[in-house]
Amino acid sequence: MAYAVRAENVSIRYMTGDFKDIGLKEYVMRRLTGHYYVKEFWADKDVSFRLEPGEMLGIIGSNGAGKSTLLKAVSGIMVPTEGWVDVRGKIAALLELASGFDGDLTVRENAYLRGALLGYTREFMNRKYDEIIAFAELEDFQERRFKQLSSGMKSRLAFSIACLVEPDILILDEVLSVGDGAFRKKSETKMKEILKSGVTGILVSHSIGQVRSMSDKILWLDKGKQICFSGDVEKTCDAYEEFLITKKTPQGPEGIERMAAEFQERKARERAEKEKTEQEKLLELLQTADRTAAERAAREFLSGSV
Amino acid sequence: MKNYKAGIKRVITKMKEHKFLFEELVKRDFKQKYKRTALGMGWSVLNPLLTLLVMRLVFTRFFGRNMEHYTTYLFAGNLMFSYFKESTNGGMQSLMSNANIFTKINVPKYLFLFSKNISAVLNFALTLCVFFVFTALDQVPFRPSMFGIIYPIITLTMFNVGVGMILSAMFVFFRDTQYLYDVFTLLLMYMSAIFYNADAYTGWVQRIFLLNPVYCNIKYVRVVVLEGHLPSPAFHGLLLLYGSIALLTGGLIYKKCNQQFLYYV
Repeated sequence: MAYAVRAENVSIRYMTGDFKDIGLKEYVMRRLTGHYYVKEFWADKDVSFRLEPGEMLGIIGSNGAGKSTLLKAVSGIMVPTEGWVDVRGKIAALLELASGFDGDLTVRENAYLRGALLGYTREFMNRKYDEIIAFAELEDFQERRFKQLSSGMKSRLAFSIACLVEPDILILDEVLSVGDGAFRKKSETKMKEILKSGVTGILVSHSIGQVRSMSDKILWLDKGKQICFSGDVEKTCDAYEEFLITKKTPQGPEGIERMAAEFQERKARERAEKEKTEQEKLLELLQTADRTAAERAAREFLSGSV
Repeated sequence: MKNYKAGIKRVITKMKEHKFLFEELVKRDFKQKYKRTALGMGWSVLNPLLTLLVMRLVFTRFFGRNMEHYTTYLFAGNLMFSYFKESTNGGMQSLMSNANIFTKINVPKYLFLFSKNISAVLNFALTLCVFFVFTALDQVPFRPSMFGIIYPIITLTMFNVGVGMILSAMFVFFRDTQYLYDVFTLLLMYMSAIFYNADAYTGWVQRIFLLNPVYCNIKYVRVVVLEGHLPSPAFHGLLLLYGSIALLTGGLIYKKCNQQFLYYV
């Protein structure tokens, strides 16, 4: 079957150690004296997944799990050290929106520059410019230097330009929630609109609720290793939430199954606990309160409405 | 050879694809540089003129006594050398200063370097106009050979872009490149016979001068402007060779390190 994105055994290695920031003179010295060390660090190890057109992949994992690095490989910014990624269609990656603007340029100039960076044409920007500014609510700031803007305004502009993309594959790295409350709602609606139009999407979000409601498939990474890739979003998210509490990673599909069950149990237990405390409260009322309140409590207690 | 041609073709199609981006980058670099000040571009012409003035005052007694048109001679050296210096220094910064862009968006990295070079070229063009005004004031007779100046401009630009590529890559890996390069350009300046006459040396020392690509480009300008004829075909070949070697080396480094830059910024 035709796929939109396929990653096979993707591994990405970062080099860490001495070499950064030491400069040429120091580098030569350390090389000569044999004190030069380079360590390897695998940000991703053997990650594989496959997305059909129109599907939405949610990537979950704690900080440093290798999510953003994986997205860089998918969007072509990085080439995997091992394995390969194949992407079929035009890809747009919206990673960390607010950076990459120039403080000395005006809002208008920055808008055009960002548009160019995202691969839009000048005609497209000319046509859409007013719409962008209106959406970002920056009509009065167009000739303002960018560094004079508040950080909320900056990310609003970034989002407004970025959401005009019409790609086949859309990568979202924590971009669904920007700006203040009102703008956040607007941006979420806009994003959902785009996602509903049939693009293939990859979503990284720390909001597990968002992942649950939007994804068709889920990829769970932990310290660069792939815990699982599955179509059972609910179960995997359950297991992940259990992992967030217990900090134990599951082994294989059975492990996930078990952890999901544990999470459900935990939830049931918590619910029971809550109910119990409600009941206790009522009992207490029954014993200590005045007559009318006690009667009401007794009636409720007996009818079993709690 | 085929591979090489295909590579160039790919770069050209990519350039077309990224025309809008390139224009916006050039605009940005331009505005960054002059900060929208009134004096802006004027200052960058004034700067080499001041250098020229100081050199003229200081060195005429020592080196200019037996030389006709010493001002033009000095200016030719300063003109080419400051173009080389500005272009390569700007080029060196081009990757690091755009790191927050190319680590997030997949764009060809040489665009940043080319865009920085465009503002250096513009600056050079302005200074070049002033240069011709000065040659007129210095009463250098106009000769058709002066049009030959276009050749070293092309070869020096090639050389600058190539060196800029090499430096920008080095600057990503080694942050002290900047300081080392400052020292290097200072030494190179003294080695480029800007205010003295290299022809005064004996045969083999003169040949050592020929190893300096910047000097050769300066020399070319002096020959066509002051001596009024074109240099030998071999000299043309030498300039082209220097330009091509720099450009090729830079291109290869970019190709090889394209993916590594990301890890160091």
